[in-house]
Amino acid sequence: MSTELTGAEITVRCLQEEGVDHIFGYPGGAVLFIYDELFKQDKVRHVLVRHEQAAVHAADGYARSSKKTGVALVTSGPGVTNAVTGIATAYMDSIPLVIISGQVPTHAIGLDAFQEVDTVGITRPCVKHNFLVKNVAELATTIKKAFYIASTGRPGPVLVDIPKDVSQHKAAFVYPENVSMRSYNPVVRGHGGQIKKAVQLLLEAKRPMFYTGGGVILSNAAEQLAELVRMLGFPCTNTLMGLGGYPATDSQFVGMLGMHGTYEANMAMQHCDVLVAVGARFDDRVIGNPKHFSNEARKIIHIDIDPSSISKRVKVDVPIVGSVSGVLDELIKLLKARKEKPDQTALDAWWTQINLWRARDCLKYDRASAIIKPQMVVEKLYEVTGGDAFITSDVGQHQMWAAQFYKFDLPRRWINSGGLGTMGFGLPSAMGVQFANPDGAVACVTGEASIQMCIQELSTCKQYNLPLKIINLNNRYMGMVRQWQEFFHGNRYAESYMDALPNFVKLAESYGHVGMKIEQPGDIQGALEEAFKLKDRLVFMDFITDQTENVFPMVPGGKGLSEMILV
Amino acid sequence: MENEAGALSRVAGLFSSRGYNIESLTVAATEDPTLSRMTLVTTGSDDVIEQITKQLNKLIEVVKVLDLSDGNHIERELMLMKVRAVGKDREEIKRMADIFRGRIIDVTDKSYTIELTGTGSKLDAFLDGMERSAILETVRTGASGIGRGERILKV
Repeated sequence: MSTELTGAEITVRCLQEEGVDHIFGYPGGAVLFIYDELFKQDKVRHVLVRHEQAAVHAADGYARSSKKTGVALVTSGPGVTNAVTGIATAYMDSIPLVIISGQVPTHAIGLDAFQEVDTVGITRPCVKHNFLVKNVAELATTIKKAFYIASTGRPGPVLVDIPKDVSQHKAAFVYPENVSMRSYNPVVRGHGGQIKKAVQLLLEAKRPMFYTGGGVILSNAAEQLAELVRMLGFPCTNTLMGLGGYPATDSQFVGMLGMHGTYEANMAMQHCDVLVAVGARFDDRVIGNPKHFSNEARKIIHIDIDPSSISKRVKVDVPIVGSVSGVLDELIKLLKARKEKPDQTALDAWWTQINLWRARDCLKYDRASAIIKPQMVVEKLYEVTGGDAFITSDVGQHQMWAAQFYKFDLPRRWINSGGLGTMGFGLPSAMGVQFANPDGAVACVTGEASIQMCIQELSTCKQYNLPLKIINLNNRYMGMVRQWQEFFHGNRYAESYMDALPNFVKLAESYGHVGMKIEQPGDIQGALEEAFKLKDRLVFMDFITDQTENVFPMVPGGKGLSEMILV
Repeated sequence: MENEAGALSRVAGLFSSRGYNIESLTVAATEDPTLSRMTLVTTGSDDVIEQITKQLNKLIEVVKVLDLSDGNHIERELMLMKVRAVGKDREEIKRMADIFRGRIIDVTDKSYTIELTGTGSKLDAFLDGMERSAILETVRTGASGIGRGERILKV
């Protein structure tokens, strides 16, 4: 006979049972009972952020860098609406999160009570699933379901809305070991027949190409991917979300593809005869206009855990629904059992072509510039950290330069908002990364526009002594907006100039951190070395960079992948 | 789908957020009170219908999705129509209702209320056959569908 616990106690016990060690949140009226229970225990550490958006981004960064489910706790009404940007960010990138929100008492729901919003309604389009718990007896099972749904199949955020009276009412506490739901049975194993077809296509390919995305990271399949790609000797490209899924320093890696992908990756995508898409979804920033993409006759094998990702934008020939790691295991096994090898002569010719494209040196920039080039900052960051840091980013030009110039050899090291493109993501997600990896070097590559969207979190960083390194590529513009205005809007820079910027050095110092301003290219390396030596301090590095620098290559929106603007 | 509050809004929300159209939608609990069954009529190319099916299957509360128009099936819709029925029109309207196998289920000295079941096109035909100015009010349920013969959708 179990004793009865309050809903608040049950909530905290569930988190403990799930092995949650950190939650990110902000208290308020509707969650006071839950905070009271958090106060009474020390298994689950609560991290107090300065804005609910940051709580969700921090939980998100924690999840992306740790293989675990991130957890955020927010109050009703504005607590939830502030969290929505974070939830939508995680949803677009399929990140497993459980968000617990307070709600007004059940008897007040629908009466426009103080701090009431229709949380389930507002979040419905940007969660994998959500629940409103009306009966405390269902709370434990609901939380169990939330963790189960968030972390299985195609992962995603799940929200549990708990009215204040439910957190007060009592029920017997039993945390279920397992939950099964008749309406939710994610596929794990790929279809054997389809996998056999894929093997045959791989062996017959003359100009093959691996195109891999965030699914490889989410499925923890980087090792299998490397084994398969090396075994076959094929070229491999990663999407923005997939960086680190295949080692960037490997000779078979042809760089990132897409709107700001490398010339060689994009050209190889357009000219391959067999394309293997692994945990990637052919989105508009990756393949450009699907009409142009379909020009070349090619066979496409698509491995994805979400059937709705398959044949959504591009028709595929061999769909394989299953977990990426499981399907790659199967492919490796079957290929090992076969005597045939891919056509080496054809493959050599293909590599000769790819190397010609590579020789175009599409990422070159003016290394002798007297003004700091942002690309050089990222290159030096890579050198100084030995390629071993966790890099988060905000959204814009700096994000693309970080993706192009920091060579990620390991998964879960590159943390960015790929799908939603959320400015403000970089700093709070870096906090989550640091909590998940207390000994890791964590840098946030950002710009003077993005960083101001969640800059209040410098306070959180001080409270918890998070020694982040903030790399602010300060070009006094919303750089990517400025770039589009230069290319497509006749140089009319409508509202993209960042006027009235703060003195970032003093700002950092006022929060109790170290600030640095770097204006000369010759000072980049020394400053970075100095900053990373300060192992227990947050260092805000304000790099004054070239205002006119653009991200190349660039595939303009609506164009095909081979229609790149090059330097 | 699960007979739970909110399940319907997830389906409706999916259609509006992804730009699919809903021509009609009917839903009610089944003989198993934990389940409700929805018949939804939509249009689109094969690719769109494939996406709709996949997206519906992703909704946690959706237990099973079947494209009824993939095979033989039966569709029925219910319409209630209130018409002005005075003088010699009363006979004429009664005859019309009989031809369409409708039933008059409520009568006043000025009006009839007619109940009519059938496919959407039969109901349309009845509407077309009636004198427009005589129609006071109509209400339609949208289609409910079921497979023919041994074709069964059951959990």
